[in-house]
Amino acid sequence: MSALLQVRALSHRYGRRIGCEDVSFDLHPGELLCIVGESGSGKSTLLNTVAAQLAPTSGAVRYHQKNGDWLDLGALSEADRRRLAREEWGFVTQNPRDGLRLNVSAGANVAERLMALGQRDYGRLRDIARGWLERVEIDPARIDDAPTGFSGGMQQRLQIARTLVTQPRLVFMDEPTAGLDVSVQARILDLLRRLVNELGLAAIMVTHDLAVARLLAARTLVMQGGRVVESGLTDQILDDPQHPYTQLLVSSVLTT
Amino acid sequence: MSTPYNFAFLDENTKRMLRRALLKAVAIPGYQVPFGSREMPLPYGWGTGGIQVTAALLGPDDVLKVIDQGADDTTNAVNIRRFFGRVAGVATTERTADASVIQTRHRIPEIPLREDQLLVFQVPEPEPLRTLEPREAETRTMHALADYGLMHVKLYEDIAQYGHIATSYDYPVMVDGRYLTSPSPIPKFDNPKLDRSPALMLFGAGREKRLYAIPPYTRVESLAFDDHPFEIQRWEHHCALCGAGDSYLDEVVVDDRGTRMFVCSDTDYCSQRRDDATEEAA
Repeated sequence: MSALLQVRALSHRYGRRIGCEDVSFDLHPGELLCIVGESGSGKSTLLNTVAAQLAPTSGAVRYHQKNGDWLDLGALSEADRRRLAREEWGFVTQNPRDGLRLNVSAGANVAERLMALGQRDYGRLRDIARGWLERVEIDPARIDDAPTGFSGGMQQRLQIARTLVTQPRLVFMDEPTAGLDVSVQARILDLLRRLVNELGLAAIMVTHDLAVARLLAARTLVMQGGRVVESGLTDQILDDPQHPYTQLLVSSVLTT
Repeated sequence: MSTPYNFAFLDENTKRMLRRALLKAVAIPGYQVPFGSREMPLPYGWGTGGIQVTAALLGPDDVLKVIDQGADDTTNAVNIRRFFGRVAGVATTERTADASVIQTRHRIPEIPLREDQLLVFQVPEPEPLRTLEPREAETRTMHALADYGLMHVKLYEDIAQYGHIATSYDYPVMVDGRYLTSPSPIPKFDNPKLDRSPALMLFGAGREKRLYAIPPYTRVESLAFDDHPFEIQRWEHHCALCGAGDSYLDEVVVDDRGTRMFVCSDTDYCSQRRDDATEEAA
């Protein structure tokens, strides 16, 4: 099976400081990859560089488009970047208030990406928005409510609905469950797992929570100081960590 | 000239700068052209953009008409008309058909315009996306890439909140199928008059320092949804003065017991109809 995304020797530096350094991996269609590591280890920098939101200092990212062509993201024009972000990708931010449009209703938030793609039938947009609210376990009766009146967990679920409504092929998620309480986290993770399976989408998720990686991801990258120190099957990494840092990370998880 | 002013108040270099910007605006219909807006002897928001465009256009033989919300006799209209009468010595009129340049605030005259007429709009906010996207760099990129999905979010919100598209003025339009454009705060009743108009229409925003244009016979579409098409305002009344049933009506409260009447907002149109009626009766 051919890869969806190829990352080769990717680095991003903030001046002389390292953001991420010499990272290479492949992502295949339908695969969910987790990037774990302590804060400041370069997880989000890597994610943003792969998603073409930061320009790489060196290295390359290639993306296999829907039409079969390979696209070099380093040489991507702003127009193409926006088209990809609109038509083929999704981005879920850690803070839902960054990813949502707070001054318009929940329904408009879900429907926005469809309207950007040229959907011009109000009745149909409403039906799709209601369907998606239901899918992410938000009462469809709240379609006309402002997201500011939603709880943190609901806002995050709304952001997920808004991102997935166009059925993207590749979704980037930056700690989507951080800052939520544990029971809400569990529901969102459960929801994500279900949706990822149903839609068959590929995803890269940044998290500092090893339990999240174990629950969702087939493969995991462990980062420290901007470099990938260990990568492989999630179960293998968590059950038999090789790198000292991974061993530390795994052993520091509280067990009950 | 004995006045201490250059013809039409602005110096010739400024007028040249304005004309160059206007030419560019006409060449790219609906595109907002930046220009070096000058201090004018009236405050921002009173028509500094329109007045600069008019100053750049006027020649000694022009006949100027100025309207404010359709009326020739409001403070803003009277003062701008008198201003150009004084600093350019041009003839002024209240009759739409007699004017070669019409500066307007928030209306398009009811009498259809001709190819030899220019319509100058005063624009407070040239950016139709501004209420949804506050960053100028972002809105400019959106225009450059024709990335306009956001505008429908506003219309969606209207229908979700009010059951219909409640935007009744400054209703966004697509000019020549390319640029999303603010028609200035004209009522949406006037939007159909923008489409393939024989007259050149120029828009000036003084505070925001932007000019744009809709050239003659350019396609102008008002945005809408397939199942919620664009509609203009309608009234159950006719004009209480001239009986017109096809013009934009203002609701006027006439006493302190809540009695109200509906009259044409275009004062010239209304008075002409009344004159015609008296002639016929005579």
